[in-house]
Amino acid sequence: MNYFELFQLPSQFELDSHQLAETYRQLQQQFHPDRVASAPENERLLAMQQASNINAAYQTLKDPLARAEYLLMLQGLDIRGEQQTLQDTAFLIQQLAWREELEELRESADPEAGIPVFQQRISSEFNQLMLALQQALAAAELASAADLIRKLKFVRKLREELSRLEDSLMDL
Amino acid sequence: MALLHIAEPGLSAAPHQHKWAVGIDLGTTNSLVAVVRSASAETLADEQGRHLLPSVVHYQADGLRVGHEAKQGAAQDPRNTLSSIKRLMGKAASDVDEQRLPYLFSANPHGMAQIETVQGAVNPVQVSAEILKALAQRATHTLGAELDGVVITVPTYFNDAQRQATKDAARLAGLHVLRLLNEPTAAAVAYGLDSGQEGLIAVYDLGGGTFDISILRLHRGVFEVLATGGDSALGGDDFDHLLADWLLAQAAPTGALTPEQQRELLDLACAIKQQLTDVPSVTASFLGWQGEVSRALFESLIETLVKKTILSCRRALKDAEVEASEVLQVVMVGGSTRVPLVRERVGAFFGRTPLTSIDPDQVVAIGAAIQADVLVGNKPETEMLLLDVIPLSLGLETMGGLVEKIIPRNTTIPVARAQEFTTFKDGQTAMALHVVQGERELVSDCRSLARFTLRDIPPLAAGAAHIRVTFQVDADGLLAVSAQEKSSGVQAAIEVKPSYGLHEDEIANMLRDSLRFAEQDIQARMLTEQQVEADRVLEGVEQALRKDGATLLERADRAVIETALTRLRACRQGSDVEAIKSAIAGVDHCTAEFAARRMDASIRHALQGQQIDKV
Repeated sequence: MNYFELFQLPSQFELDSHQLAETYRQLQQQFHPDRVASAPENERLLAMQQASNINAAYQTLKDPLARAEYLLMLQGLDIRGEQQTLQDTAFLIQQLAWREELEELRESADPEAGIPVFQQRISSEFNQLMLALQQALAAAELASAADLIRKLKFVRKLREELSRLEDSLMDL
Repeated sequence: MALLHIAEPGLSAAPHQHKWAVGIDLGTTNSLVAVVRSASAETLADEQGRHLLPSVVHYQADGLRVGHEAKQGAAQDPRNTLSSIKRLMGKAASDVDEQRLPYLFSANPHGMAQIETVQGAVNPVQVSAEILKALAQRATHTLGAELDGVVITVPTYFNDAQRQATKDAARLAGLHVLRLLNEPTAAAVAYGLDSGQEGLIAVYDLGGGTFDISILRLHRGVFEVLATGGDSALGGDDFDHLLADWLLAQAAPTGALTPEQQRELLDLACAIKQQLTDVPSVTASFLGWQGEVSRALFESLIETLVKKTILSCRRALKDAEVEASEVLQVVMVGGSTRVPLVRERVGAFFGRTPLTSIDPDQVVAIGAAIQADVLVGNKPETEMLLLDVIPLSLGLETMGGLVEKIIPRNTTIPVARAQEFTTFKDGQTAMALHVVQGERELVSDCRSLARFTLRDIPPLAAGAAHIRVTFQVDADGLLAVSAQEKSSGVQAAIEVKPSYGLHEDEIANMLRDSLRFAEQDIQARMLTEQQVEADRVLEGVEQALRKDGATLLERADRAVIETALTRLRACRQGSDVEAIKSAIAGVDHCTAEFAARRMDASIRHALQGQQIDKV
């Protein structure tokens, strides 16, 4: 039973996140180890495995990038855990420029002023790529979907670093 | 194995028989025990009507005292009066800050911290077990019944070693642990069920030695922890220490303090702190110095620490991806939230008055009692379910002392993750792995949990063997590791060396040494345990067969299962522990496929139910 089947969802990128959360709670309510806390050890073990699987499925389906990767895997293209193989030079150069900008921001006199503007630009790039990914998956263009996922991961990492920079400013 | 309880949650072997399970708040400063009686949860008092049991054990030449009586000995006999022992749980001797505590520390052969007393060396697990025994005795005495299980609360930020130490202490005290429950989650249960309001709950828990912040969502009885944060080494004790430092600077003694004076100073600081909650200023004297301590002065001393807790709140909200304004209820837990500055700052940050209607000292034990009552099977109809998270990331050491994260923090438990490794030498048959816990990128900055050696890897060319290592974190937040070589299917043997925890043989020795368990008792106890387990298995499989045997099993498969059951029934009547064990394993083995089919069938059934709900 794959993750989509477990949650009784169609194998597609678009999903109703509200329904996903609702089904998750229903499944855990039935299969969580707490439901068999006084049962024999073997049953508790089985429940733990089942609940772990439900949690893994939920984590995968909830996160758009993980969900996209999982969809590709179901269609025979497994890029999970691969070493990075992005070929798009223009995108890589853009990445380098953004990283330089992040470093400059870190060193600048008033990083707090610059962060929101930078954040907005990164978010808009992320949303555009996400839209393209959605279309690629709908059109079953697996290779280009895989490339978009790789790019989105770059941008997500940049976002996380920006968020960490924001955190470190709060500590001062 | 049969999945009766999964298909029909809560249906116990004897539905009308009430079972007793208690919630225990094993605190740094004080501990409590609570139970659900006539539908409401309450903490239990001792014969003098006192609910709090000071978490203090006084070791004397001829015995030991626990609680209030032990606390009285602290000033006279500080070296043998052990308090705040929770801070030492799961710690290495090298982790211990000896300056603050008037004890004689030593290390056991594995580097675990222990304390030299008049009765010899004792470790924190043993001390905690004494506190647990005292609480369990209070409960059995009050209830007039034996306990079927306990839920023990731990700070969210407790790492694997600290959780394991807590569970070991319960085992040493002869208690059956139904679940280790995170303290803030317990508090959320107590308040959430009390108010009946659904939505986001923030739990701010400042105890004697630890600070936790949890963000939860309550929806139709399900408490889902979204994020946690905190500091495992920040608590009300630190307020005392800061005030003590200030008092010491005023008194300016010529020489070093004796252990007795050190104790007196800390007690004085704690008393002043408590008084300043109600009055703006207190007169104090220490070693000939006398003067005023104002609330404003105290607040200026602790300001930085309080600010640190607010930063943790901000981070937890960010991790949960919610805004402070979305939080519906802010729950205060722990004695240190009585400090006015703490309430003021927390209220200002969340923009609403924190809830304090349930005694902050009792709320955790009450939540634990509610969970214990559910887990032991007294509430088969309940919707209540707690979905908690792992507080700290689990990772593996890679080349160059770096950490590769396997399971990131705030992942919902139980959780399993697999990672593949390969050999780098021809014919390599063993591999060493180092598991660490923490958020930093360098191994040296993280907490070492265990070292594993994989053995019996089939000798192949370098890179040909693929070893799949699975990390499983259970609902108590405890880690287990297993490994398998993929091409051959060979189960690699794992040799676990907990970095600081107690080794299995040490626990066995302690159990043996403990007067409550003479050698015969242990044998009898093991036999009873196996017989109870056999009864559960028999009952479960028989019911599963009655329900689904006809639809899901071939006649031949069913015959195999019946044979295994007959053998188990026969062994159950005897007194051979190993025979019962092996017969149970036999039943497990031949019902595995049946169990899997029932699981699939029940998932389909559950989802059909959901479809109907949606219409």
